[in-house]
Amino acid sequence: MRGEVAVIGVGMTRFGEHWDKQLRDLFVEATLEALEDARIDLKDIKAMFIGNMGSGMWVEQEHLGPLLADYLGVPGIPSVKVESACASSGMAFRLGVLAVASGLYDIVLVGGVEKMTDVTTPESTHHLASAADREWEAFYGVTFPALFALIARRHMKQYGTTREQLAKVAVKNHKHGSYNPKAQFQRPITVEEVLSSPLVADPLRLLDCSPISDGAAVAILARADIARKFTDTPVYVLGSGVGTDTIALHDRDDITVLKSVVLAAKEAYSMAKVEPRDINVAEVHDCFTIAEILAYEDLGFAKKGEGGKLIDEGVTELGGRIPVNPSGGLKAKGHPVGATGVAQIVEIVLQLRNEAGKRQVPNAEIGLTQNIGGSGASCVVHILGARRR
Amino acid sequence: MRVSSMSVPKSPRIWQLAERRYRLIGTKCLKCGRVFIGPRKVCPQCGSRELQDVELPRRGRIYSYTVVRAPPMERENYGPYIIAIVELENGCKLTTEIVDCSPEEIDIGTEVEAVFRKIGEESKSGIIYYGCKFRPVK
Repeated sequence: MRGEVAVIGVGMTRFGEHWDKQLRDLFVEATLEALEDARIDLKDIKAMFIGNMGSGMWVEQEHLGPLLADYLGVPGIPSVKVESACASSGMAFRLGVLAVASGLYDIVLVGGVEKMTDVTTPESTHHLASAADREWEAFYGVTFPALFALIARRHMKQYGTTREQLAKVAVKNHKHGSYNPKAQFQRPITVEEVLSSPLVADPLRLLDCSPISDGAAVAILARADIARKFTDTPVYVLGSGVGTDTIALHDRDDITVLKSVVLAAKEAYSMAKVEPRDINVAEVHDCFTIAEILAYEDLGFAKKGEGGKLIDEGVTELGGRIPVNPSGGLKAKGHPVGATGVAQIVEIVLQLRNEAGKRQVPNAEIGLTQNIGGSGASCVVHILGARRR
Repeated sequence: MRVSSMSVPKSPRIWQLAERRYRLIGTKCLKCGRVFIGPRKVCPQCGSRELQDVELPRRGRIYSYTVVRAPPMERENYGPYIIAIVELENGCKLTTEIVDCSPEEIDIGTEVEAVFRKIGEESKSGIIYYGCKFRPVK
């Protein structure tokens, strides 16, 4: 499958609080941008895969496949919603890649969308908890910040990871976000601001957490052998991997390792025939600052327990050896959960096309995305390349 | 407070697990020995289908903990509360609330014991649901 599918166009809305827009408006907006980028017409799209975590809970609307095909003016084509909590659109992307690689379709649309800000924060907190085990975790009052706080406290205890190291992840990503016109937050912050922000779930504070957001992101995929008919800068899918783990954190031997990430990364690296040191730029799932430290370790950028060192040494900043989350990540760019996976793809595609403006990683040729669902019960990793082989 | 139709667990789901929650019944894999809090027919560790219900030990130690200060809607008026993963004496881990103490009184490794408590209520006129929380052993 390596190199057989290419991304020929991308689009996304700004992430943030779109109080005046509906879910379908956001998706149509992102799609029209992607179609313009790919210089194709809607009638060229043969199928749609749409990542979304919880439209039924947040806006009481399911059946997004036909709804969005209808509102894009292409009722009739196969169109389906894909759900894997916060990894929904990373999974939708993978299914789109498989659909093209199988030979069934030559061009497909993959996207993600979430509309979260029409309800109160406690309601969103409740809905998000459906990505955990409702009966054996959420029933007792668990929230997502709480699950990652449990992980953070163990990581600090087992490896000596410090509060300041966690804060530096947020500081880095806000700095990167300040270069991204589509980010929800475009204001740099300081370590002191993170450490004095209100506690959400000890030891995690407000500025350790990604925000509640609205937004949509879309990518157009085509068979690699026809990609150049549409664009001079196709970006090739070199590797794709998926892993899962127990739904509840408490059923894992060691909660400081996300096994789903290790499994997904192994599959993706092996398919792409690359190693962690070959990656020039990465977009990882920093739903909470600790999650980015885990990503460094479970993706092989650092040894287990040494993720904190990478942030101390500036390795993952723009200008460092392997810039991580140049878009601002989930922390600053925003985290409309079902849209996040494809938004990561959008950023890596812009980076590999050398179109990322002030946040461009020079000479980036191979990029990676890592999108996790829940507390790591699912993970999808993709490796993209500016060249086919 | 806004009331949503999806705000709380529904009676059938509460009843389905009530006995297990009240009596702290878990599942043990007879092949690999692993013990789980939830009812299971297949062991996620070794794939065995030989599992048996077992009463879980009521004592254990805190494996990790946090204080939830931004609660979900069904606990909006409940105030900050401690959530922990507790490792029971037989190695089974579970997620629970820690009560009858302040966060300063506990740490990873603190010994705790199960207590039967109210967990929440379906709605003002709905059923009240119960389960085990844990408290430090004095």
